[in-house]
Amino acid sequence: MAENPSNIEIKPGDFEPLDKQAGPDNERIAAPSLTFSQDVWRRLKSNKTAFVSFIVIVFMFLVAFGGQAVYHVDPNAQAPKYANLPPKLPGVNIHGLNGHLTQSGQDVDAYAQAGAKSDIHYILGTDYLGRDLLARIMYGTRISLLIALIATLIDLTVGVGFGILSGWKGGRVDLFMQRVIEILSSIPQLVVMVLMATAFTKTGMASIIAAIAITGWTTMARLTRAQTLQLKNQDFILAARTLGESAPKIAWKHLLPNLSSVIIIQTMFTIPSAIFFEAFLSYIGIGISSPQASLGTLISDGQKNFQFLPYQMWYPAIVLIILMLAFNLLGDGMRDAFDPKSKR
Amino acid sequence: MRKYLLKRIFYLFLTLFIVATVTFFLMKLMPGTPLQNEAKLTPSEKAAILAQYGLDKPVWLQYFIYIGGIFKGSLGLSFQFSDQAVSYIIGSRMGPSMQLGGQALIVGIIFGIILGAIGAIRKDTWADRLATVLSILGIAVPSFVLAILLQYYLGLKTGWFPVAGWSGFAYTILPTLALAASPLAETARFIRTDMVDVLSSDYIELAKAKGLSKFGIVYHHALRNSLIPMVTLIGPLAAALMTGSMVVENIFSVPGIGEQFVKSILVNDYPTIMGVTIFYSALLCLLLLLTDIVYGIIDPRIRLSGNGD
Repeated sequence: MAENPSNIEIKPGDFEPLDKQAGPDNERIAAPSLTFSQDVWRRLKSNKTAFVSFIVIVFMFLVAFGGQAVYHVDPNAQAPKYANLPPKLPGVNIHGLNGHLTQSGQDVDAYAQAGAKSDIHYILGTDYLGRDLLARIMYGTRISLLIALIATLIDLTVGVGFGILSGWKGGRVDLFMQRVIEILSSIPQLVVMVLMATAFTKTGMASIIAAIAITGWTTMARLTRAQTLQLKNQDFILAARTLGESAPKIAWKHLLPNLSSVIIIQTMFTIPSAIFFEAFLSYIGIGISSPQASLGTLISDGQKNFQFLPYQMWYPAIVLIILMLAFNLLGDGMRDAFDPKSKR
Repeated sequence: MRKYLLKRIFYLFLTLFIVATVTFFLMKLMPGTPLQNEAKLTPSEKAAILAQYGLDKPVWLQYFIYIGGIFKGSLGLSFQFSDQAVSYIIGSRMGPSMQLGGQALIVGIIFGIILGAIGAIRKDTWADRLATVLSILGIAVPSFVLAILLQYYLGLKTGWFPVAGWSGFAYTILPTLALAASPLAETARFIRTDMVDVLSSDYIELAKAKGLSKFGIVYHHALRNSLIPMVTLIGPLAAALMTGSMVVENIFSVPGIGEQFVKSILVNDYPTIMGVTIFYSALLCLLLLLTDIVYGIIDPRIRLSGNGD
């Protein structure tokens, strides 16, 4: 059978067309194709910690923004008669939640002492002016989340825009924009916050927002620039350019979708740091000021009475910690989910 | 290398110049003078005080005097303490702040490394989870909340440590702990992520195959390689310590720069605010520069070049 292969004679009749449907189709994609948001959702659900954090954040948003529809209490309404009343839940008899206080070693019904009728109960107690703590915490959480949303917005517009522009343009423009970032990010964020707070003569939100607008977006700009630099020389971008697509459209349709994981992850880390700085500034007295409430001012107020009325600081502090935890854990989860290198 | 250094130093000065300029004009926009009991003063007394602060001159001249003064190490006079120079205030309060910051950094980094290493070695076990929970708590619990809790539970209630003040080592323990939480958490997270990578690399597999002890592998091979990138954490950690020191020093009444800064902000002592602002920025810029230089030296894979990227 040692036939020389070069002597084989091939005739057209030796071939026959294969039925397209018959053989195994190598091109077929078995899994349903997922859009980006579906993919994110699927990965998020598979990470338990991140998913729980996500639920907690949604819950916080609902309570902070929708809570007042159910719990009609004015966070600024003062009732000096009922000042410093501990938490009281109707029908619950656990110390700390039944309106009783321990005063000089004795258990005292603070509500009876204040002459409150039996149908009056403050779920989380009242502060030194008799304001409802639950309503104030809800208000403060709303401020924190609002700051978080604004920080995200600035990150997404200024940060991403700056990064893409810098990476896309390259050359001198890039060099200049990078120097701007370098200078901005070597100024301690704290210093900018303080300067803004002083410059806006302590009018609350405006100073915090200004400070975030100045420094909050530099990391995002750096990350998106680095990614853009990598992407812009890839074939699909070159193809789009060759086909005459305009730069804004390339950025919107081709760059952004490929940047989205970086952007989402970075956003998840911008948020807790914005929330922290708001609470921090309000705590030292140059952020949100009374009569507005913020978690920072509530903690600062509660601290004064911590020895005798620990609930006044514990509750806002716990809410702040839960917020920070949830955003950090969600960020971690997102990073793991998006990172192809991370092994699970 | 030299070209790179010169360039970096140029940017350092540029940054500080911008910070000083912006700070100066922002503060000039503010109402407020060094005059106390303004109603009681006669016009000539007022003029004398304003002249002492150089506020009688036009703003542009004040600006040049201020910038010129910085080069001579002068940051103007404090509004709050009539005749004290801002540089003197900063200098006299630097000791406690540096001590606290240094102690917190040491405690934070050492325990952070231990926590991170445990997490990486015992990946996906209860020890790892505990380490992760601790480090995430260190990030989520703001320093001011932690400081208040430590002060109350370990200071006031149990009486183990002094509640506040500054007269001896015992007084530094609680503020150090409160400050150390954030560097500890950052370090632990960083080390864990990095070491998980390192532990799965080929040369660790080789070390295992050669039969080295677990401790030997971790200590001699894994940890050393994980420590190099830690240098990049110095800048962020220093910034976090500055932020933390403002509230922690306040809560524990430590006579440091952070405590003074908060006081100055609350009483509109603009020269002190400006001085501390420039001081903090200079400190951070210097640290960032040092970080890059040190990183280049200890990691030969990084080459510092003149063209930045």
